[in-house]
Amino acid sequence: MTARISDKRPWTFYALATLFGAFLLFLYGPMFVIYVLSFQGPNGGVTFPMVGTSLVWFREVFEKGQMANLPVAFERSLSLAMVVSILTVVFSVAAGLGFRRRFPGSGVLFYLAVASLVMPSLLVGFGIGLGFQFLGWQPSLFTSALGAQLTWTLPFGLFAMFAVVNRFNRSWEEAATDLGANAWQRLRHVTIPILLPGIIGVAMGAFTLSYDEYARTTLTIGPKNTLPLEIYALISSATSPTLFAIGTLTTGVSFLAILISLLVVLRLQRRRGRTLAKVG
Amino acid sequence: MDNRFDVELISVTKRYGTTLAVDGISLRIPRGTYCCLLGPSGCGKTTTLRMIAGHEAVSAGDVLIHGENVSDLPPIKRGTAMMFQSYALFPHMSCLDNVAFSLKMRGVAKKERHARAREYLALVHMADFAERLPAQLSGGQQQRIALARALINRPRVLLLDEPLSALDPFLRIKVREELKRLQRELGITFIHVTHSQDEAMALADLMVVMENGHIRQSAHPRDVFERPVSPFIARFIGSHNVLRAGGGPIAVRADRCWLGSAADGPHVNGQVVAVEYQGAMVRVAVMTDAGDEVSALVPDQTFYKKPAEPGDPATLVWSPQDTHELMEA
Repeated sequence: MTARISDKRPWTFYALATLFGAFLLFLYGPMFVIYVLSFQGPNGGVTFPMVGTSLVWFREVFEKGQMANLPVAFERSLSLAMVVSILTVVFSVAAGLGFRRRFPGSGVLFYLAVASLVMPSLLVGFGIGLGFQFLGWQPSLFTSALGAQLTWTLPFGLFAMFAVVNRFNRSWEEAATDLGANAWQRLRHVTIPILLPGIIGVAMGAFTLSYDEYARTTLTIGPKNTLPLEIYALISSATSPTLFAIGTLTTGVSFLAILISLLVVLRLQRRRGRTLAKVG
Repeated sequence: MDNRFDVELISVTKRYGTTLAVDGISLRIPRGTYCCLLGPSGCGKTTTLRMIAGHEAVSAGDVLIHGENVSDLPPIKRGTAMMFQSYALFPHMSCLDNVAFSLKMRGVAKKERHARAREYLALVHMADFAERLPAQLSGGQQQRIALARALINRPRVLLLDEPLSALDPFLRIKVREELKRLQRELGITFIHVTHSQDEAMALADLMVVMENGHIRQSAHPRDVFERPVSPFIARFIGSHNVLRAGGGPIAVRADRCWLGSAADGPHVNGQVVAVEYQGAMVRVAVMTDAGDEVSALVPDQTFYKKPAEPGDPATLVWSPQDTHELMEA
């Protein structure tokens, strides 16, 4: 008897598919429960069962009282995340381009940047907080907190840009020079546009890392909280479905940010697609 | 000012740290020449091209273009244009914008630069592809766009870095005909780097064979083929048997050799190791008693009158006037 090659899937396929399904459930299940519970009826509690559905808890977020600080904390988080994102992009693109050329000490510099990724985050924040206290400076959003967050987003951005720049063909730049572009024109018309998808990725990554950063920020923020700190304070003081509503809202913001960047990328592609369509 | 030469290299040297990539080469390329820089990989031919282009600084020596020393000028001021090996077309721009790029850098208005770019697209028969992105073109089409983009500045010298290596063999022959036609029409000098002797023979007016950072021979391909100066050249150019006879090394063209008997003339004895049918010719590889591998290119009719098989004893014979003496390697 000869064994024939079967086109049926082996049992391992189903085993691994089940494992992956369980992983997805574990990943998204808890968040999904929170989104559902945030629509809890007015008489319901923080656990199932649902006692009707309502938007009451969302309304509570925006009402004066305990939650009064949330909108302003949200604004702080948003503006901090934007600044972090811009700085991360500027530095990591510049470093990524610079690192293409090996120079004495580049290896050491690289590992120093990597090392800061594995440093315990709370300690980094603690150190910065202590430093400010030692120097008699007042910790605040755009000094100590910004710095603390950059210790986290910069190595990440650097890593991502190294991967992007690695695939960048040096002869594009040489061709630009050959065709008479000066250094600025080369950057503006060739290098940046070709790297743009990667740059948007780094910007988005840095934004979301900053937006929900807790450990580094908590000891460096000074008197005015960012959103994650504010929410954490609320969790320890009160428990009501309002917390879930906040969770749903902040997730919404994150998704909105991702959606916007996706639209930007799509628009870039559509511009190329349109030139395709014209040719037919 | 001496303007008989488009390009002159005077003792041009390139050093990377302690390694010499190009070792004091001198070369004069007359007006409107198709020049091929030929050699095995690592011989310094691409470095030489890049030094002419200005993408690599010379460590010592001078590069002259139209009699003017351009050693310290940036690429755009040299009157050269380079076509890169992978073409280096900008992936985010349409073909039209790729071709118009250098005009845009010089601040030429959009309408004018697009009109000029369309002229050059027409020159390379790519007018219908103006709005396409490079990724939507075949290798041969990309090559033409790259050519148009390089030519739009009206360079005095066009530099081509292995321009045919990314193409399939059929297209390669077609494109090289086009390159030659274009060079003749434009009347400018092309400097074409290649590792393929076929390509260089087919195209070059001036064939420059390089090895280890030196120019080993530079002449018309026919002169190089008929009178290789050294065993290296004879072997590299192919279709030559390099043997030792009497005083020093000699070369005999494989197509001037046949399988005969010792009485016919100069000869070597050995054993047939391979027979390759090549259509019009049959190549018979022979291992000589001295251990050299040589071959005879025999017309098919002659061969099949008296066929040989691997393993047969053989005597490789040629006429005395076909013995070409070589310099000691």
